[in-house]
Amino acid sequence: MQLTRRDAMALGLGGVALAVLPKAATAATVEELTAAFTGGAEVGSGGITLTAPEIAENGNTVPIAVDAPGATAIMLLATGNPTPAICTFNFGPAAGSQAASTRVRLAKTQDVVALAKMADGSVVQASSTVKVTIGGCGG
Amino acid sequence: MISRRDFLQATVAATALWGASGVGNWGRLAAQQALTQDKLLEFDDYGNVTLIHITDIHAQMKPIWFREPEINLGVGEVNGQPPHVTGADFLKLFSIETGSPHAYALTYEDFAALAKGYGRMGGLDRCATVIKAIRAARPDALLLDGGDTWQGSLTAQKTAGQDMVNVMNALKPDAMTSHWEFTLGIDRVTEIVEGLDFPFLGANIFDAEWDEPAYEPYKIFEVGGAQVAVIGQAFPYLPIANPKWMFPNLSFGVREERMVEVVQEVRDAGADLVVVLSHNGFDVDRKMAGNVEGIDVILTGHTHDALPEPVMVGNTLLIASGSNGKFISRLDLDVQNGQMMGFRHKLIPIFSDVIEPDAEVAALIDAEREPYKAELGEVLGTTDSLLYRRGNFNGTWDDLICNALIDEHEADIALSPGFRWGPSLLPGEPITREDLHNATAMSYPAAYRSEMTGETLHTILEDVADNLFNTDPYYQQGGDMVRVGGMGYHIDVSKPQGSRITNMTMLKTGEAVDPTKTYVVAGWASVNEGTEGPAIWDLVESWIKKQGTVTVDPNTSVQVTGA
Repeated sequence: MQLTRRDAMALGLGGVALAVLPKAATAATVEELTAAFTGGAEVGSGGITLTAPEIAENGNTVPIAVDAPGATAIMLLATGNPTPAICTFNFGPAAGSQAASTRVRLAKTQDVVALAKMADGSVVQASSTVKVTIGGCGG
Repeated sequence: MISRRDFLQATVAATALWGASGVGNWGRLAAQQALTQDKLLEFDDYGNVTLIHITDIHAQMKPIWFREPEINLGVGEVNGQPPHVTGADFLKLFSIETGSPHAYALTYEDFAALAKGYGRMGGLDRCATVIKAIRAARPDALLLDGGDTWQGSLTAQKTAGQDMVNVMNALKPDAMTSHWEFTLGIDRVTEIVEGLDFPFLGANIFDAEWDEPAYEPYKIFEVGGAQVAVIGQAFPYLPIANPKWMFPNLSFGVREERMVEVVQEVRDAGADLVVVLSHNGFDVDRKMAGNVEGIDVILTGHTHDALPEPVMVGNTLLIASGSNGKFISRLDLDVQNGQMMGFRHKLIPIFSDVIEPDAEVAALIDAEREPYKAELGEVLGTTDSLLYRRGNFNGTWDDLICNALIDEHEADIALSPGFRWGPSLLPGEPITREDLHNATAMSYPAAYRSEMTGETLHTILEDVADNLFNTDPYYQQGGDMVRVGGMGYHIDVSKPQGSRITNMTMLKTGEAVDPTKTYVVAGWASVNEGTEGPAIWDLVESWIKKQGTVTVDPNTSVQVTGA
């Protein structure tokens, strides 16, 4: 049910990177990962909740939670990281809920994106900007 | 001073009467009438629930001067909306006469002259008088403290907040929330909280490891036959704006989804009225009020704004009660069958020469100060200039601190954090050690000396500017702009992060700051653990003593556009 980041990477790379980018050593881009996940389906919104802090207290371990009732798979992307793929969660028919949480490392201020694939093949997306700041000077 | 018919009174159903910006005729009859305690306290009891709000006292037990900001910019949707209105615009918006007591209390113009006429404001013994008078009329009134209570003076520093805890306990708050409290360190906070007779609320304070609530989120009180839920919301950015290592296992954040959940929980538990006792800062509260259904009242804090009328967002009332004990808000509400039907509000200015000190609390304050009396009273020098801190870009107190840092640390550039706390001093007044501590007392005071490239300095200014001028309030992290000595710059507040700050110039030579060159930078209040240097108050004290009389020239080194 829970894929590691390596697995997600493999999915992305295997599905798209070779076809699009001859430089297979380069991390898959957000566009490539999205295309591989959606399989060309149009990306809608609603039905997915992404919870992330507005400002990271510690960029090395940022708590992210996602909830998409009815999803068969949810992919998380850190769009500003050198390697944008975070992970993909797959939910089997016995899953009690289609929600997951994890902690991610964010290199800089960026959008975190969650894509959920529903049983009918449709895909919805949510995104949230997480600011990574120097800090200090609190009034 | 304010007659009964001048109080705002409107049913919630009729809010169109005065709209969302809080515009009314608060001051119409206020001017030209003698200030008396009776007039300041006059209030025609209304409805069945009374809330008393005080916040951001910053350990100021005695009356102070506090000059309100000259520059307090709002960006994006809140541009020009209260509280981002100052000076003459503020007077006009609330129909307050120039030169009146309320002009002195709420705005900055002609501050030094008006201060001499109207006297100091605040003093927790005067606050006690007001609170007791309200409770005499409304015995079950709730006193709610918005936090930033235990930090900000020499005695609070020396006693790790105990003096304030003792004096506040005498005022008998019903609940509080927090921010600077945590800079006493988690062990000390835990020790104090365990001894409090009232809850220390924070729905948004979580255990960092397990992501579980770490403090009581709310308390439900029975007031006037209604169930009143008070939800605490601590300052969301404590681990970013203040040293995280002092409370390593706690996580904060706005956590809007948590607020939605807690509001639902208290409604399900039968709350007729939902009050958020908040240290979010005004703009964050305004956004939260719009996004979270079911909050009746937000008692705002953190940004030190004092507004004579509530701001309404939908059917939510936002109350802003100032700082440093300068004001107390009284809010009477009519709550029937789980609904707020109407309200009456008064921002009570604590004119210390008009309101009689409460004898019991006055004696307690004296007892707390007694061991430090000689230390507090020592005169370090005199100021020729009005010293104040509050404002977005610079204040003369920080200019003084930056001058001291540059001289004592032989630095090219000085940085002083954009704190909002720190009272004012009038031209010609002696600077006592107490005054200096009122502007500097906190638990990470090391005045460092370090080297930074021009590029690093630019990155820091951009980062801090975004924490103040990001158009989404949830991304505004903390205080006012970092104050800079020895260097000028231009800021376009309307630009995105990375392109706001230009024309960084060394003031001494007029040369542009070179991104690749290394400069000696002095500063204080670093959030990094292990920062080395003398305490800022020792460095500044030694500098003031050498100067004798201090003059701070008007600061024209920051050019602001885009507002």
